[in-house]
Amino acid sequence: MESDNIKELVEKYFEATTTVAEEDTLRAYFSKGGVTPELEQYVPMFQYFSNAKEEKFTKQVPLDTIASVTKRRFNYKWLSVAAVGLLMFGIYFGKSYQEKREAEYAYQETKKAMTLLAQNFNRGTEKVAYLNQFEETKQKVYNK
Amino acid sequence: MQQSEFLNVVMPFKDKLYRLAKRLLVSTEEAEDATQEILLKLWNKNASFEKYKNVEAFAMTMTKNFCLDRLKSKQAGNLKLVHSNYQEKGSLLQKQIEAKDSVSWVERIMEELPEQQKMVLQLRDVEEYDYDEIAEMLDMQPTAVRVALSRARKTVREKLTQKHSYGIG
Repeated sequence: MESDNIKELVEKYFEATTTVAEEDTLRAYFSKGGVTPELEQYVPMFQYFSNAKEEKFTKQVPLDTIASVTKRRFNYKWLSVAAVGLLMFGIYFGKSYQEKREAEYAYQETKKAMTLLAQNFNRGTEKVAYLNQFEETKQKVYNK
Repeated sequence: MQQSEFLNVVMPFKDKLYRLAKRLLVSTEEAEDATQEILLKLWNKNASFEKYKNVEAFAMTMTKNFCLDRLKSKQAGNLKLVHSNYQEKGSLLQKQIEAKDSVSWVERIMEELPEQQKMVLQLRDVEEYDYDEIAEMLDMQPTAVRVALSRARKTVREKLTQKHSYGIG
């Protein structure tokens, strides 16, 4: 009677239509011993599943590492804040330095332009000096 | 969340994570490393812990993804090497005893299954999760879970009967 029921469950089991509770029944049946010869071939399977459940994770999780990891993360946070601060500082002062250099450059350029202008101006005045000659000659003519 | 609280949440299912990792990675050391990695990752996610309604399922999914990545990565080559070393380490006598022991055959057979079927079989028959939970963990449709499970169970049965009829395979 019981084995008929179990046989049915085994059929369902291989079609994957059993519930967890039914599978529990199966596991209990196969681990108990006294299995019908027909069903004996399934014993190792269920036995293995029961055995596999016993395996434990024995390795200790290094809690120190956990702590230090979180500690380091905390530091990184403040480090990034400091880095941003430094960056803004750098940009601000870097910009004023850049402005100073630009002003210097503009000053030099203007100076150069002015010198050029002055030179040309002088040349112009030299040419105007010839006009004096004309004046002198004119005076000579009037005085005669 | 404090360390002790975290451990209270994690402790009940850390063995399950380890067993799933071992099912996929085979080697004990690899599985231990993987489990440790997952636990550390979980701890780092700490702040967003409450967001996940089911931490256990989330951790299982993480383990699955981590192990599959691991298998795909270049290190997978080393992994196989580790595994073959591990097999050869056993003495001849031990091997003979193991060969007689059909229970260990099931483990070997399970190693040969495709990853998805391996995981489904592990989660259902060893860890006894519901189909819906498995579907959530593995990101599959519940019907697909059933199909994979049925296929995996039938494959195990088939191979097991083969081994039996051939004697020591």
